Amino acid sequence: MNNFIIKAENLKKSFNGEFVVKGVDLQVPFGGCFGLLGPNGAGKTTTLRMILGQSPLSEGNLEVLGMDVPTHASHIRRDIGVVPQLDNLDPDFTVMENLKVYAGFFNLRGGGLQERIGELLKFVELTEKANVRINQLSGGMKRRLSIARALVNNPRLLVLDEPTTGLDPQVRHMIWGRLRELKQSGTTLLLTTHFMEEAERLCDDIVIMDHGVILSKGHPKQLIKQHVEPEVVEIHGEMDALPGILTEHDIHRVEIVGETIYYFTNAPDEIIRRVENKPDVHYLHRPANLEDVFLRLTGRELREI
Amino acid sequence: MLDWRLPRMRHGMIHVWRRNLLVWRKLLVPSLLLNFGEPFLYLLGLGLGLGRFVGELGGLPYLTFLASGLIASSSMNTATFEGLFSVYTRMVPQQTYEGMLATPLEVDDIVAGEMLWCATKGLFSSSAILLVSFLLGAISHWQALLCIPLSFLTGLCFAGPAIMVASFSRSYDFFNYYVTLVLTPMFIFCGVFYPVTTLPDFAQSLVQLLPLSHAIAVIRPLATGQEPTQVIAHLSVLLAFALVSFYWATVLVRRRLVQ
Repeated sequence: MNNFIIKAENLKKSFNGEFVVKGVDLQVPFGGCFGLLGPNGAGKTTTLRMILGQSPLSEGNLEVLGMDVPTHASHIRRDIGVVPQLDNLDPDFTVMENLKVYAGFFNLRGGGLQERIGELLKFVELTEKANVRINQLSGGMKRRLSIARALVNNPRLLVLDEPTTGLDPQVRHMIWGRLRELKQSGTTLLLTTHFMEEAERLCDDIVIMDHGVILSKGHPKQLIKQHVEPEVVEIHGEMDALPGILTEHDIHRVEIVGETIYYFTNAPDEIIRRVENKPDVHYLHRPANLEDVFLRLTGRELREI
Repeated sequence: MLDWRLPRMRHGMIHVWRRNLLVWRKLLVPSLLLNFGEPFLYLLGLGLGLGRFVGELGGLPYLTFLASGLIASSSMNTATFEGLFSVYTRMVPQQTYEGMLATPLEVDDIVAGEMLWCATKGLFSSSAILLVSFLLGAISHWQALLCIPLSFLTGLCFAGPAIMVASFSRSYDFFNYYVTLVLTPMFIFCGVFYPVTTLPDFAQSLVQLLPLSHAIAVIRPLATGQEPTQVIAHLSVLLAFALVSFYWATVLVRRRLVQ
């Protein structure tokens, strides 16, 4: 039997002869949350579109829920919910109507539906907004409604493309809570994000991709262990003050970005001693996180896409 | 790379059509104002005003002549504007299709559903004119009711080209080309306001290539109690425009939405 909800082999996609996904292998297990991380232009959204059958593969094999994509894409989408990167709710309809009409696309109607919609509105805390038009909702409410809409067909796989981008911390935490509940109830989550805290909190498995290839995969903690030293000391200060801190044969790994020095180390105490008493220098001592891994793997240059 | 396969007709197109109908129902009052107000103004202003000087045309009072032409042209205009502006709105700024494509619906369902919807709106507006014309006494024959299904066919025939244009448009402004170069000339030259036989010979043969001429050739006699001639030929032209443009619209929208 097939143990994976998504199985991709050597997935490739080219636009006008230029490859944006260059041979991606994915094995997403049933249950849990799988994160697809990468900077803008990494190929995340294109990969998602292929999984949903919205973009034909240029090469490779892809199976979702045990069926071939794109051959059975329409059928597979019966069991998938999608929260898109940009909300595409229907502005002419109310909150309730949005859910009803969308359910209609899945051929869902009748008695059970009203009840289901009631539950979903409660789940995303929009019960009081049921008869409000979309343009009267805040960004956070729209995103919550998008999540409710994606759940209307009771999907086995929920695909979320950067679900909390642009939201305030309250909404973000609320959404994270709901996603954890879904995970516990057995829904598989596939998440793209470039928000590392989100990935670290939610994902059981992640892959980091860039320029169309997978750079690394594993559990977030394991990735941190594998790619960076456990602790980080960040030092900020006037340029003139910094040279005194750096020593010629530093035993620690050092990265200098603008006016900040990053030490990645097993022994932070020694570094802290160097800067503790300098008035012009500020430092931050913290455990290494997924963002350090991400920047290590994908580099620091800006992505303008 | 284009996907040249024939459009697949699936039940999903009804969902797309129904979604548009539900939106239309929410905006019913302004829609009806447009549907009834515009023809009313045309018929009063041009039909009665200009009619006083024109007298009869083709054996018909001018009001009747104009009304029967407008039944055809309003389906054309309505289906075209829906296929251009509304389809583009749902395709690009509103991303409605992106949402639909995350469900079991497919591009082919969207195009077929939009074709049906554009034609339905065409039918609504033609029916409104028919009703207004009846109330003004311009049209009184029962066989005028046959214009209703014909206005649907006329709508289909103009929905396809409009959706094609929307599918490769980058902005709303692009539609000006189509409206000015294609739609308005048909409205002016295909016999809505005067018989095409008054045009110079070469222009008459050109006008015969345009679908609105054929729609009017069937709709006008039906609306005014005369017997239409060459019905099969005219209907075939309309059907051919509808089918070929439906096929092309499907191919082009696939290219736009499924990349």
